[in-house]
Amino acid sequence: MNILIENGRVIDPANECDAVLDVYIGDGKIQSIGDKPSGFVAELTIDASNKLVMPGFVDLNASLREPGYEHKATIESETKAAVAAGYTSICCLPDTKPVLDSPSVVQLILDRAESADYAKVLPLGALTVSLEGNTLSEMFALKRAGCVAVSQAPNNHINGQVLRRALQYATTHDLLVILKPEDTVIKDDGCVHDGSVCSKLGLLGIPVSAETIAIAQIIELTEETGARVHLTGISSARAVSLIARAQFNNVTITADVHAHQLHLTELDVGTFDANYHTSPPLRSTEDKDALIAGVAKGVFVVSSGHQPHDAEAKQAPFPSTEPGMSSLETVLPLMLELVDDGLLSLSQMVACLAYAPAQLLGLETGCLSAQAPADICIVDPNDTWQVNADNWLSRGMNTPYLGHQMKGKVTHTLVNGRLIVEK
Amino acid sequence: MSSSKQPASTSFKAPDSSRLQLDEQGRLRHFLTTEGLSKDILTDIMDVAESFSSVGNQAVKKVPVLRGKTIVNLFFENSTRTRTTFDLAAKRLSADVINLNIATSATSKGESILDTIRNLEAMHADMFVVRHSASGAAHFIANNVEPHVSVINAGDGSHAHPTQAMLDMFTIRREKKEFSTLKVAIIGDILHSRVARSQIHALNTLGVKEVRVIAPKTLLPSDTDSLGVHVYSDLRTGLDDVDVIIMLRLQRERMGAALLPSEHEYFECFGLTEEKLAYAKPDVTVMHPGPINRGVEMDAAVADGPHSVILQQVTNGIAIRMAVMTLTLGQNKVAG
Repeated sequence: MNILIENGRVIDPANECDAVLDVYIGDGKIQSIGDKPSGFVAELTIDASNKLVMPGFVDLNASLREPGYEHKATIESETKAAVAAGYTSICCLPDTKPVLDSPSVVQLILDRAESADYAKVLPLGALTVSLEGNTLSEMFALKRAGCVAVSQAPNNHINGQVLRRALQYATTHDLLVILKPEDTVIKDDGCVHDGSVCSKLGLLGIPVSAETIAIAQIIELTEETGARVHLTGISSARAVSLIARAQFNNVTITADVHAHQLHLTELDVGTFDANYHTSPPLRSTEDKDALIAGVAKGVFVVSSGHQPHDAEAKQAPFPSTEPGMSSLETVLPLMLELVDDGLLSLSQMVACLAYAPAQLLGLETGCLSAQAPADICIVDPNDTWQVNADNWLSRGMNTPYLGHQMKGKVTHTLVNGRLIVEK
Repeated sequence: MSSSKQPASTSFKAPDSSRLQLDEQGRLRHFLTTEGLSKDILTDIMDVAESFSSVGNQAVKKVPVLRGKTIVNLFFENSTRTRTTFDLAAKRLSADVINLNIATSATSKGESILDTIRNLEAMHADMFVVRHSASGAAHFIANNVEPHVSVINAGDGSHAHPTQAMLDMFTIRREKKEFSTLKVAIIGDILHSRVARSQIHALNTLGVKEVRVIAPKTLLPSDTDSLGVHVYSDLRTGLDDVDVIIMLRLQRERMGAALLPSEHEYFECFGLTEEKLAYAKPDVTVMHPGPINRGVEMDAAVADGPHSVILQQVTNGIAIRMAVMTLTLGQNKVAG
């Protein structure tokens, strides 16, 4: 179907474009930006006046819960939430049951995503069998089945020896390795940032060193093995400087931060509010500010860290609740708030939500170049909406933003040139 | 897009402690933590406890304040002393008391805390006295009970043990009369101590001159200063000129977790002996929430010596718990 998106402000950092232009779509691909291709007849015209036209976002870190935890969420429910939030591609973590460590699970996930027909799902294969950190997974088979990378997330139960060999082996098959930097021994049973709130509430703290020691180890192993490594879910200021220094020294390492870490701090935990029980933990105000600066300087991209849960998972004393936030649907308004505050440009925002994640996964999406897949989201940046149970699409209601006013709303999402969302 | 099926709107947002603990009139509804409660409320608790303190000496050790009320002692973690004093306090107020030791009961069969609470509410319980090993457990239960049910925190993880703190404040008041001139030192495992946290908040609210904590760095929270205390690593310096010494219990498992080398070295550095006691004021009061590890936290000579008020603390514990139960449950029927 030929689609014309007219009069929108096109933000495409891949082509250094920020201008009001028309977008011509045909055969599921972008045909042209600005100039009308000869003989193009639009079958559908979308008026994007006063709206932003951007490449669809690419998420590097989401748990979709299927197979195995369908009481929390399904691929259908979460990809539906994703496209409504402007995401067109979602990397799903291997923390399914059974673990995403075999081609049959990869196939099942891809089948479910295809029949749901919302966002594209990009499986991250488990780095080790059952994510137990002992035996290498069949990475070649996982790659052939459709995994875009391998990952030990959401945990980091792996010792230095196995990690070193896993990086060497992943490099053999030219696979990106996604790791959550967390020293599980130092973390112990900690559940909040080791700071003033944990001192007051008597909760076990997770010191910053649990993150930085893991990062230092991963940087050394990355440099030694020449692997391509992406760190997901950075939480501290010290981590920002470690990663920036490694990148300066040409270590092939990238990183992301979850959008909510750019807004929330340990203080939001308040009095045991389990919706603020996250992993990594919400840290200090200084950490949050350093993370924002890191995004602005291009040290990181931004991921959702989406962890949908059933109500019971959060209905217990704080340390017994499951960590994580259902976050896909709040990423865009949270990022637009940083733009409104002058901390990021729109172009930087699109780069860290779409272009850079696509680049590091080696995808053709994340940009609006001619002949790229037409994965596009259109956003009214000034429309406000209130987060509530009626408009929330993720099955996980575990968001601390319930009842909050959000600014910035997706009006259309196209996946491979097909209009999937129209609001 | 059309909206998908959703569960009913559920807000997990927990209100802050002071809003949760007080009703619209600003009266105590639950007693979860000493943090955020006003000096007036803390003083009120001690005044009511004072009025109850003679009940134990009467021939008939009962007052009819909570007659017809059902109080459930819900202990998810073992305790003998605290549960016994809560039990006695409730009985002296003429309430009906049920003791549930959940550590060996329903939840070990997989029942969730919420299900346990719902079941007990269906039996028309009026108050839950809760002890649990997880910080925040009492808040969680208070957030989920019906409006007429009160929750008293009998110790949650390392977070709070407010009735213990208040019986300590009551004991200090009886010994020293005035808080504003006092320097108080708390010694030992601050990191894991719910008692210490509740004491620190209460002492600061009651306006003592200075609160000190004396402990090895492995047993201090990372941001101890934010609690409003002065931190000392040396016992002798820390004890200089103090009016009240509060010793904390040292759990044996701290040695296994590489937090301390040995009980012997702990006693050497932080154990209270008569010799070290001499650094404090001559009329210093020595307290301990019990049970004492003699020869680890303090010498027997100090525990049983003239400065010790450890047994008065136990007696005062009953009056304080009567006061808290009365204030939370029997607002209009305060005795005395």
